[in-house]
Amino acid sequence: MNKLMITAAALAMCASMASAETIRMGTEGAYPPWNFINDDGEVDGFERALGDELCKRAELTCEWVTNDWDSIIPNLVSGNYDTIIAGMSVTAERDEVIDFTDQYTLPDPSGYLALSKDADIKGGVLAAQTGTIQAAWVAEQGITLVEFATPEETVAAVRNGEADAVLADATYLGPIAAEDDALVMLEQEVMIGGGVGMGIRESDTELKEKFNKAIQSMKADGSLNKLIVEWEIGETFP
Amino acid sequence: MFEFCSNPDALSGLTWLSCYLTTTKHTALYVSFGTVLLLLAITAPVSLLFGFFGAAAARARFLPLRWFGKAYIALVRGIPDIALFLFFVIALDQAVEWTRHKILCPGWTEPIRQGNDFVVCAAAKMPLGTAPQWVHEAYGFSLAVFTFAIVFGAFAANVMFGAMRAVPRAQIETAEAYGMSHRQAFWRVMVPQMWVYALPGLSNLWMILIKATPLLFLLGVEDIVYWARELGGTKTSRFTSYPHGDWRMWYFLGLLVFYLMFTRVSEIFLERLMRRLSHGQATTGGESQRKAAA
Repeated sequence: MNKLMITAAALAMCASMASAETIRMGTEGAYPPWNFINDDGEVDGFERALGDELCKRAELTCEWVTNDWDSIIPNLVSGNYDTIIAGMSVTAERDEVIDFTDQYTLPDPSGYLALSKDADIKGGVLAAQTGTIQAAWVAEQGITLVEFATPEETVAAVRNGEADAVLADATYLGPIAAEDDALVMLEQEVMIGGGVGMGIRESDTELKEKFNKAIQSMKADGSLNKLIVEWEIGETFP
Repeated sequence: MFEFCSNPDALSGLTWLSCYLTTTKHTALYVSFGTVLLLLAITAPVSLLFGFFGAAAARARFLPLRWFGKAYIALVRGIPDIALFLFFVIALDQAVEWTRHKILCPGWTEPIRQGNDFVVCAAAKMPLGTAPQWVHEAYGFSLAVFTFAIVFGAFAANVMFGAMRAVPRAQIETAEAYGMSHRQAFWRVMVPQMWVYALPGLSNLWMILIKATPLLFLLGVEDIVYWARELGGTKTSRFTSYPHGDWRMWYFLGLLVFYLMFTRVSEIFLERLMRRLSHGQATTGGESQRKAAA
């Protein structure tokens, strides 16, 4: 009898596990406060909190994986994970390759971080991470651009004088400037790109709908705005 | 880990360091040293095996087999490691999924390649989308091991091909004069004697293999390079209890020391092995040993 009950319980568990779909969430893990690896070696940050809540609302089981930024789109397309949730701004170029969910942040201004307030932006050298909207923008302006694979290296390039300033999301550069006396944020900002959304394979329309619904419900009840304030991710939704 | 670590802000000096170095994140770095050792422990024997059969094939009497052996050595040796690595892991993964798709989902009518996407049915995913994270990691790791083995197998095959030819012809002739078949002469006379000729080349390969392990990082395995870069990066106090500047240089310096120590230990060990294998051999090494003893 006992055995029978255990078997039944095991079967029930299997059934319930099968019904909750497992979704692999791909992120970079090197872009605080959006996403980073905390002291326990786990993915943490605004997008971790947001993603976990979205998965709860969409009734999905989510698993977090990290991937380098420069191969984050190819690895989504080849199916290594099911979503990109890595502070990725929605752009027309990216939209040709993958699909985006509704945006979960408003467009975030990009800021400059430099060694001094009078850094020469137009005539100097700007650092940006490869494959970001900022890198594309700098190239378009005809300003000299040096690209790096990780956000960390772009800031290091400014510290050691290789670049005059780094252009990145102001939300990322802010905390760094706050703790390092040698670095300052310039007052001017540029608006590049739209808001940030989750990247999803073009063939995965069903998953996109699920996340869209979850994002809408978080917008509606104000929980998304609360997260944005908590992690200091720019403006809140009206 | 230690009790006094509960409030990192109040710590300084050595106590801070001891707490910092024992965070769960640092444990991941220490575990990744094990990943590298595991990679070596599996790859070395497997590529030796690939090498042996590659060499045996390259000198086979059956022509297609000989072509196969020679083509394997020439192809892999001629292509840059990194290009082969990046190609193989993606190609292998897609080949496995494509095969599973054809077998498991015969009723599937949609094309596998839809624009940019490589879409196979859920049951053909490798590993399954529902599998826990460690299965994904183990799968990625074994793809890496297999690719390493293919690459280093080709180099080992070339070394052993040369070693087999270096065994004095007279030894084989003597074996044949005793009435041994081709197969017997190969296994009983050539193979036991070839190692002394192969060892200098193979030990060189082993050193290169040790130094090539950071390629794991390229393949997305979270190895020591990944964790060194991650831990060394600037940490601001909002996101960690242990803020620090850009310490990547120190972490990479640690890696240099690790690799240098590892290759030094290997060198000492291989030297001893060479001395043992030279014993009683008709080589200059064996000859000088004989003279020293006499």
